[in-house]
Amino acid sequence: MYTDEIKEAQKEYLLRLADDRMILSQRLSELCGHGPILEEDIALTNISLDLLGQAKLYYEKVAELSDEEVTADDWVFFRDEREYWNVLLVELDNEDFAHTIVKQLIFDVFEILLYGEMINSKDADLKAIAEKSIKETKYHLRHSHEWMLRLGGGTEESNRRLRDAIEFLWQYTGELFYTDEVDDILVGAGIAPDVSKFRDEYYKTLNKILVESELEEMDPNVWMQSGGRDGRHTEYMGHILATMQYLPRSMPDAQW
Amino acid sequence: MEDLKRLEEFQAKIDAGEKIEPKDWMPDAYRKNLIRMMSQHAHSEIVGMLPEGNWIQRAPSLRRKLIATAKVQDEAGHGLYLYSAAETLGASREELLEALHNGKAKYSSIFNYPTLTWADMGAVGWLVDGAAMVNQVSLIGTSYGPYSRAMVRICREEAFHNRQGYEIIAELCNGTEEQKEMAQDALNRWWWPSIMMFGPSDADSPHSEQALKWGIKAEGNDSLRQKFITMTVPQAHARGLTIPDPDLKYNEETKQWEFGEVDWDEFFNVIKGNGIMNRKRLKDRNAAHDNGKWVRDAAAAYALKKKTKVA
Ligand SMILES: [Fe+2]
Ligand SMILES: [Fe+2]
Ligand SMILES: [Fe+2]
Repeated sequence: MYTDEIKEAQKEYLLRLADDRMILSQRLSELCGHGPILEEDIALTNISLDLLGQAKLYYEKVAELSDEEVTADDWVFFRDEREYWNVLLVELDNEDFAHTIVKQLIFDVFEILLYGEMINSKDADLKAIAEKSIKETKYHLRHSHEWMLRLGGGTEESNRRLRDAIEFLWQYTGELFYTDEVDDILVGAGIAPDVSKFRDEYYKTLNKILVESELEEMDPNVWMQSGGRDGRHTEYMGHILATMQYLPRSMPDAQW
Repeated sequence: MEDLKRLEEFQAKIDAGEKIEPKDWMPDAYRKNLIRMMSQHAHSEIVGMLPEGNWIQRAPSLRRKLIATAKVQDEAGHGLYLYSAAETLGASREELLEALHNGKAKYSSIFNYPTLTWADMGAVGWLVDGAAMVNQVSLIGTSYGPYSRAMVRICREEAFHNRQGYEIIAELCNGTEEQKEMAQDALNRWWWPSIMMFGPSDADSPHSEQALKWGIKAEGNDSLRQKFITMTVPQAHARGLTIPDPDLKYNEETKQWEFGEVDWDEFFNVIKGNGIMNRKRLKDRNAAHDNGKWVRDAAAAYALKKKTKVA
């Protein structure tokens, strides 16, 4: 049995993982039916579905750890913006297909390294989720990586769009490595991975893909945006939640 | 002379219940009729993603969101599968899509109605996928091999969608007063358009007779429509819902539900492009295609570069 301190830290940690995936999935689902080719409608929807499934597993585990009677859905539909802990990256607008791909790549490379460590977690549930998810993430990364190559090496326009996307989204990579006492407690207990261990590898991998995609390397040590882990979001966030939550909130007694 | 003999052999094959395969000889009109029908079907799958995609972001629980997302993904898969099947007849996906986007090709008129409440996600699954399923089960018997095989696979998923849609409606009917009203309202709005999905009465259907003779269609519009109604009415009653047709009555002798007058004026107007969502659906499809052009161009340019490098 975990101490109360670990339990509380774990709830917080799981919510961060869950919120990242939930909001990224929600953003991706906006593209359903609007993709550049039918194959991408299928692929992006599939990725959205995987992320949603992962988020659900994390929310369910938070609900399990809670003393109150709460369900996974309560966490999704009845928290306000300032109580959502996702990184800013995942809530940003879809803009164009280049932004979608770069956003995914930034997330996928991180996720593959994270899950690569999390499969050694001492927490059996986390370990199991990581083992299941890493298979999905490999596919996601292959998808975003391949599109990086195509867009970067395709036409002048696609290369320019891709460059615009990476130049804008780069400042949102740093937050993925945010840690605080929640991480300290869980890393110490062997439950959560120490993300600082793979920060160099992360940026090296990203930069390698950028060069392969006929783009310039980017500097990891520039000013990075943050705030999501503390519930300080972009203006997009309130709109995402307004859409996502309106129905359960307008009829709080209803079952769906 | 030659052609007449081939035509006779062709018809004999169909009458014997054999399937026509892509490499077999077929009359030009048979090929054209099939391309028209299969591409309309493919277009319906992808346009159908729009009214349901409209609710994915607002699905009221994690479970419903997962199911709704997976369903719309299935429809995209159906579209892809059907375009590929149509390509076996020598039509390219690009030219078929072009006909959809410039308004020349048709898709199922049902998708020109709006999804207004969450209950519509139930009604669409239950009624629209239900009607599609009845139609498509019969199309398993179509004489064109690739189309028939596509139907086998697709029908399994449509049956699933039909059940999931009904489950949404059932949950609403078990719920609060507001939820029950929502379910009844959705049934009121989707019932008649679903009935119309089978197309005009066989007597008024321009393509029906030849399509039946060549085994492209295995069953007429009216008989399929009746099947759907007889299957669906008891499902509505089981949930305490009222079918919005004052003339509906059960015929003890035939064991069928007889129904009232269909508003064909509305049907033909929606087909002509006067439905409330016609313009928006085509606008969204065109926007997706046009905004995706630079992506497709990039993929093509990259593939070409890679090929020349290897060569
Ligand atoms: Fe379908
Ligand atoms: Fe269908
Ligand atoms: Fe379906």
